Amino acid sequence: MDSALIPKGAKRCPFPVFALGIAVVGVVLLWGVYAMGLCWFKGLNQTNMDDYYGFALWIWADLAVIAIGGGAFFTGLLRYVFGIDELKNIINLAVVIGFICYSSALLILAIDVGQPLRSWFIFWHANVHSMLTEVAFCLSLYFSVLTIEFVPLILENRKLDKVPFFHNLGHNMHGVMAVFAATGAFLSCFHQGSLGGVAGVMYGRPFAFREGLLVWPWTFFLFTWSAAAYGPCFTLCVLKMFEKITKKKLVKDNVVHLLAKISGWMITTYIIAKIIDTVYWATVTAPSQGQTFMDFYSNNPFYGVWILVLEIVVCGIVPAVILTTQKFRENRKLLLVAIILGTFGVCLNRWVMVLQVMAAPVMTFDTWAMYIPSWQEVATTILPVAYGVILIALAYRYLPVFPQELELNADQQD
Amino acid sequence: MKQDKHGKNHKFGMVVDLDKCTGCGSCMVACMSENNVPFKEDESRKKDSITWMRVYKITNGKSFPETEICYMPRPCMHCGGKGDHGHSPCVSVCPAVATDYDHSSGIVSQIYTRCFGCRYCMGACPYHARYFNWWDPKWPEGMENYLSPDVSPRMRGVVEKCSFCFHRYQEARDRAYVEERDDIEEQEYQTACTQACPAGAITFGDLNNPDHEVYQMVEPDAHNCGKPKNPKAFRLLERLQTNPKVYYISEREWVRKAGDNYLEGEWEKVKNNHGNDHE
Repeated sequence: MDSALIPKGAKRCPFPVFALGIAVVGVVLLWGVYAMGLCWFKGLNQTNMDDYYGFALWIWADLAVIAIGGGAFFTGLLRYVFGIDELKNIINLAVVIGFICYSSALLILAIDVGQPLRSWFIFWHANVHSMLTEVAFCLSLYFSVLTIEFVPLILENRKLDKVPFFHNLGHNMHGVMAVFAATGAFLSCFHQGSLGGVAGVMYGRPFAFREGLLVWPWTFFLFTWSAAAYGPCFTLCVLKMFEKITKKKLVKDNVVHLLAKISGWMITTYIIAKIIDTVYWATVTAPSQGQTFMDFYSNNPFYGVWILVLEIVVCGIVPAVILTTQKFRENRKLLLVAIILGTFGVCLNRWVMVLQVMAAPVMTFDTWAMYIPSWQEVATTILPVAYGVILIALAYRYLPVFPQELELNADQQD
Repeated sequence: MKQDKHGKNHKFGMVVDLDKCTGCGSCMVACMSENNVPFKEDESRKKDSITWMRVYKITNGKSFPETEICYMPRPCMHCGGKGDHGHSPCVSVCPAVATDYDHSSGIVSQIYTRCFGCRYCMGACPYHARYFNWWDPKWPEGMENYLSPDVSPRMRGVVEKCSFCFHRYQEARDRAYVEERDDIEEQEYQTACTQACPAGAITFGDLNNPDHEVYQMVEPDAHNCGKPKNPKAFRLLERLQTNPKVYYISEREWVRKAGDNYLEGEWEKVKNNHGNDHE
């Protein structure tokens, strides 16, 4: 039915099966859209946020998708700026994931603010001292860059490519992509960093506050580094999911292992920096404000030291060891464990830097604040996931996302 | 009359004598009434209730018969921020300049029509002095007629907080201007909570003016970001360097200690020179 749109030679499931899958995910999407409508028309009283939890599930989701979408800018940097040619076989996937993650982040932000119609104030009345202003500018600009990076892939669609203008446009855009990749990396360094800075500059919140370099707290650099380190883990996770669902090999092992190795070394350096940061914060910064390390991890029903161990040891050191050791990363199961832990780890870091910051009391007579999201918050957080699944499924079906697919599946071609 | 002389800045602040506060809540009621603070039909969930002035109940943690209680009224602290330069925790993070530090009065403003409800300021404030309008403001039928015409009601989706009854300051200045006076008198500008307190626990005035009672009560050290020289006075979370303009006074040591976080043994070293450097 839609065979004319499917990349030449590629095998895809029958259209009714595909449509059914999209419809199922579409129901979830509609559930999210309904919840989004409730939030927009009835207000944020639809959430379980309160005056202690001004930032909650959505801001975590925002930070998390931007972190795991970091594979786009980092892989782009490696491919186009550092010239690591093998990565051309996975860059399309990284860009599509990045596009989904960043568009999702913008959507979540649009739901999260109390007066969405005034969102443009952040540009018009910009406060140059605010990390959130930097986030808004760099995020919007980088999303534009991602769109520019995505367009050539769309233009490679079999039908579109037949139009000479689109064919030439796509070809020429490929030619200048290094410029956009470099721009994207530059912008990403700042918005990933400023998202870290959002927490780090809050000097009224000892759990979040960090000293730093010039106007940037250490969390600024840690967020950028962790997004670059863990972002490729998520790219590889999505690849593995694709391979499992389609029962095909889509990218050669050498490419996967190369990206895994780079990610492993990035995680290694990041986790060393994170440990130094944590030790300095626990022994110098927090005590200077009268608080001990254990003040932040006790006397509450949820946040214990386990969360720090899980983040740094289980989701940091373990994937770092696996991915930097050739024998381990070439073991399929261990590789899978490492990239899942890595993805989970960076999401956990963002959770801690948003939710635990809000939960920890500062005034001596205040208490820990706990929070459970409402169904509307959960639905609107799942909404971008459903949107992402639909978009990436469409991209896979109709666009040549994996350049090595035909070569690796020669026996299955139409 | 001329406007305030250029460069002659006020620094309005508040002193709360915690040994006088009975926890009656008059300050909270007066504040809500004065500033058109909306309330919910069901106020049982306190964490999304709006209370510009909130009275905390704190105890010394000891069991009977040594139990002691202190009521601690907490308005917005109108922080001067690190170095007292006006970079309050909330002002410095607001992405749209919807909250600003007025250097001529020391008051941290909130521009409701500028705020787009990102709530970053709420996260940055360690005192939980900022409140979000989760709901549309609704008053019982007829009560709209009793709203103060001097304070704009806020819409759903924006942050609000104590303004030190800024409209009263504007009114006092207007009056002084008409009467061709250069400045306002101490009693011309008083917040609603100050006037409502039956125990006289709250004092309000200009911390830059040695003739004002607030100045005499706490003796703010102008060379040390306004830290109180009075050893019985303290500010909440002094060590965070937020430099609040709300001071508390108590004869009780445990109350003064409850004002900030201290590591084991630290309090003993600083309790007699509280207000000076902790380190």
